[in-house]
Amino acid sequence: MKASLSWIREYVDLPADVTLDKLTERLTMLGLKLEAVTNPADAITGPLVVGRVLTIEKEPQKNGKVINWCSVDVGDANGTGEPQGIICGAHNFVEGDLVVVCLPGAVLPGDFVISERKTYGHLSAGMICSAAELGLGGDHDGIIVLPADAGAPGDDAFGVLGMDDPVIEFEINPDRAYALSLRGIAREAALGFELPFTDPAARSTPAADDAGHPVVVEDSEGCPVFVARTVSGFDPTALTPAWMATRLEQSGMRPISLGVDISNYVMLELGQPNHCYDKARLAGPIRVRRATAGEKLTTLDSVVRQLSEADLLIADDNGAIGIAGLMGGESTELSETTTDIVVEAAHFDPVTVFRAGKRHKLHSEASKRFERGVDPLLPQAAADRVVELLVELGGATADAGTTVVGTAPAPVSITIPVDLPARISGIDIAAETTLAHLAAVGCDVSLDGETLTAVAPSWRPDVTDPYDLVEEVVRIVGYDQVPSVLPPAPAGRGRSESQRLRRRVGLTLAGEGLVETISYPFVGEADWDRLDLPADDDRRTALRVVNPLNNEEPLLATTLLPGLLKALARNVGRGNTDVALFETSLVFAPTGDERAPILGVDRRPTDEEWASIEKAVPRQPMHLAIALTGHAEEAGWWGEGRSASWSDAIGTIRTLATELGVELEVASTTREPWHPGRCAELRIGERVIGHAGELHPKVCKAYGVPARSAVAEIDLDALLEHATTVVSGPRFSSYPVAKEDVALVVDASVPSAAVEAALREGAGELLESIRLFDVFTGDQVGEGKKSLAYALRFRAADRTLKEGEASAARDAAVALAAERTGAVQR
Amino acid sequence: MSGPNTDYDPVEVTPLKAEEVERMRDEALVAIAAAADLDELKQVRLDHAGDRSPIALANREIGALPPQARKEAGARVGQARGAINKALGERSAVLEEEHEARMLVEESVDVTLPTDRRSRGARHPITTFSERLADIFLAMGWDVAEGPWVEAEWLNFDALNMGADHPARTMQDTFWLEPAEAALVLRTHTSPVQARTMLTQEPPIYVVCPGRVYRTDEVDATHSPVFHQIEGLVVDKGITMAHLKGTLDHMTTALFGEGITTRFRPSYFPFTEPSAEMDMVCFVCRGVDSDACRTCRGEGWIELGGCGVVNPRVLTACGIDPEVYSGVAFGFGIDRMLMFRHNVTDLRDVFEGDVRFASAFGTEI
Repeated sequence: MKASLSWIREYVDLPADVTLDKLTERLTMLGLKLEAVTNPADAITGPLVVGRVLTIEKEPQKNGKVINWCSVDVGDANGTGEPQGIICGAHNFVEGDLVVVCLPGAVLPGDFVISERKTYGHLSAGMICSAAELGLGGDHDGIIVLPADAGAPGDDAFGVLGMDDPVIEFEINPDRAYALSLRGIAREAALGFELPFTDPAARSTPAADDAGHPVVVEDSEGCPVFVARTVSGFDPTALTPAWMATRLEQSGMRPISLGVDISNYVMLELGQPNHCYDKARLAGPIRVRRATAGEKLTTLDSVVRQLSEADLLIADDNGAIGIAGLMGGESTELSETTTDIVVEAAHFDPVTVFRAGKRHKLHSEASKRFERGVDPLLPQAAADRVVELLVELGGATADAGTTVVGTAPAPVSITIPVDLPARISGIDIAAETTLAHLAAVGCDVSLDGETLTAVAPSWRPDVTDPYDLVEEVVRIVGYDQVPSVLPPAPAGRGRSESQRLRRRVGLTLAGEGLVETISYPFVGEADWDRLDLPADDDRRTALRVVNPLNNEEPLLATTLLPGLLKALARNVGRGNTDVALFETSLVFAPTGDERAPILGVDRRPTDEEWASIEKAVPRQPMHLAIALTGHAEEAGWWGEGRSASWSDAIGTIRTLATELGVELEVASTTREPWHPGRCAELRIGERVIGHAGELHPKVCKAYGVPARSAVAEIDLDALLEHATTVVSGPRFSSYPVAKEDVALVVDASVPSAAVEAALREGAGELLESIRLFDVFTGDQVGEGKKSLAYALRFRAADRTLKEGEASAARDAAVALAAERTGAVQR
Repeated sequence: MSGPNTDYDPVEVTPLKAEEVERMRDEALVAIAAAADLDELKQVRLDHAGDRSPIALANREIGALPPQARKEAGARVGQARGAINKALGERSAVLEEEHEARMLVEESVDVTLPTDRRSRGARHPITTFSERLADIFLAMGWDVAEGPWVEAEWLNFDALNMGADHPARTMQDTFWLEPAEAALVLRTHTSPVQARTMLTQEPPIYVVCPGRVYRTDEVDATHSPVFHQIEGLVVDKGITMAHLKGTLDHMTTALFGEGITTRFRPSYFPFTEPSAEMDMVCFVCRGVDSDACRTCRGEGWIELGGCGVVNPRVLTACGIDPEVYSGVAFGFGIDRMLMFRHNVTDLRDVFEGDVRFASAFGTEI
């Protein structure tokens, strides 16, 4: 909401010591937040004056352009009283027009210095200004042509243009709809400085009678009050006076025609949206009713709207002429021939207007006010004010008759303990202060013992609850009076187990050299194809967003790989060639038949209701994914580097499992998007928690990541569930270790894990550790075979091993490996 | 070598003559002193103190002396051997020291060579900053609560006093999920976590809810459809706006230092009444000569977020008796605070996954 300072002053006489800064600061602290102050005059140093164009000589130029050599009367402003010769390129004016002239010596916005200069064969002494040149904005072409009554040649143009009048823009919160008007803003200013307030809505209005334009309200819930007044003999050629046009523009509205401008002006002044109909184009009584099926209306914005049966309409005998509170129809709008006008000022149900706006995706200045709540006592005053202006400025005559249908809803009465504002704010507020402030807000207040009853004023439909009264009192006392006190929280237990473990996961992975990323969860079908997921893959079952930002990505991720691979590609594209990324994030695993109920809010949901909500929210497990490409270890003076591979992907998850004390089993498998020969299934017992390995070459291409990039993705929740949270202190032997190495030849297809498991079991309890230190294939071991070399360490807990004990254990290990895996000792 | 002499007859054994023994000793000492390195010394040891050295051979001749002469000869040879061994030990120590000193010189390396075999990992600053913020509240005894990202419409809106027809719903541009009757949204704020907490715990409640939220904002330098909030909720007996102010003052002081406190301005949120915007003193200019300050753009204050007294309607919907309990709540953007605290100028850096971004912050913030 924008308002000029002079307009505010019309209703509250601000003393000189209330500077603009003080005013905006006080209003901000009352809840009308200062957004911006604009004062166009600040950007210009004069002289800027009114001029009358005396003569125009059109002079065609070689380049095809026509320029105007003008003689302009600027009164005595140029010191000589002689007409000023000025070159002008615009053509939207004629001789006799009043224009805005910038004389030599003036500086316009952008340090644009105006001086006498020779151009097009003349000495041009000044400039005829456009709005843009003066920094006034607007989308007008050409120069400013002032209304004929704007002033006389030589007058200071700042005043005429309203440029000496700062415009304050407020951010109005949805609960303070009353402040979407000068009436509301000025009332707050008066309240803030304890000054008298002149209410522009306080006017005596003619009593309702049956002589006015007939109105039938069929839906009094949607339209509790409807007021109609008529005028006749309006002069459709009458122009909007300069002062009104300026104020509309200052408030961000475009002047259109006098009738429309008056309607908008009264809305800004009082906060009551209203509408003017061309009476000649109305057929029969005005009817307020719901739309019927199939009904249509062309609204003022020239859009044909298919109406819903839930829409509340203003209609006449020919059909709809407006959507209540939202926008009028084209067929009955004021035109250049309108002489008789029906003025509507009504009160509409906020929800009805809000829903219509949502349905038609249409938001107007009227609906903005109605859906937030307008003073229901305003319609009569507003209609009367519109009529007054149509008479005064448009030469109309007010017709007899005032139609008033319905009555304003009764105001709300709220009861609170008188100390509630003090108790809730923590400020020491006396009872009399509470009473005084509520009265200042406009409440009708009474005190009975410790119980305060307040009847909210008609313009504050937002004040309905006890705590609303608290806010009113506290904002006037001042939020800056709230003391600073730490609440007495009970002793806490710190982070939850899961939160601690996740911190540990992040630190472990960062310690392994991986960098955490955060990706958007938005993916598309194309991602499933890029990952080469089979048609029946679970990961293709995804939640779909109704209103995605990008129509190509309407789905919510079921896997973190698309986001991570895009980040990987982005890094490589930017020249970060050695990249190791990780992300922990929720993924969305819907069943497809989630239905969340909308419950009541007047009580706690029942246990069943709560269970139905919990059930309807899709499962969202936390996943961990990693992606690796380029060097795992750099080449350097120390020797060769090492490329990240499938084994790093598996190894990283193994390291993490070890850190968390989880026994992770690794087995070979195939799954998209991994390389079919280089994919590991990661299990805890029987439960598969994820996969790791090299990315399929096709997938690398599809995402534009380097060949042999490696990835892993696991269900992190599942891993954390199995984490060892309380580690038992280890017992270890201080007796000497005995080392034995064995080299076993097995079929190439035998997994080393199986050999190791057999060795481990066969070696028995003297085995302390086993480590595969070499894998070898080639002629020496034979075709289709591989050699696995293991280092075994034996140790007893309670004694030094005797000669032969370790080698016996080794032999037992080899024997079992031979039996289980066909291993032959080399 | 002479055989053992069991007689008491004096026998002349040349090597055991005093002058001979002295000569052997002196020759040995000269050779030891002359040994230039450990290898030479090793040879000297063999030549003058080894099994075949003159002194060792002389020692063996002692047995050839008549018994009464052995003692004297033994003492003479023993003293000579002692002197040789002592000299050997001393010379050896000197030479070893010289050798080690030389080795250390020869083994010197260029310690300025690069050592970056593996690149350093990092956690995302949003993660670490969320933890840092939560730490402040954990230290006050609060809990950290979390909730799902796809949330029931009722929890995201209705339970928070934003019914279907509430104009405030349009303040939060919402991602809705299909089908409409599923009544699911990507949560637009972390407030549903507050509702969940109230629905599942008895007061007193002291929680912070850091987490990811979603709104239909197009991506630019200061907007993202995905961002992060931290909200706090207290529900207890006798809770007032003063407790809210105290908590927030403590938080800003803990993060930005003494004197960095907050102020409230009236505002509106459906879930709080009274509601306030909270600002904190600019931690760069501290409100002094703010005009040139680029952090607060001359305001002296930095906007943090919203807060207020929990609307009793919210307490009621979540099963808490507003006649017995009152609550306060606050919320602000983690991304935004990260940006101004750490001079991050483009929000896109937070979400694009360029490793250079997170790497700059390391594993704690």
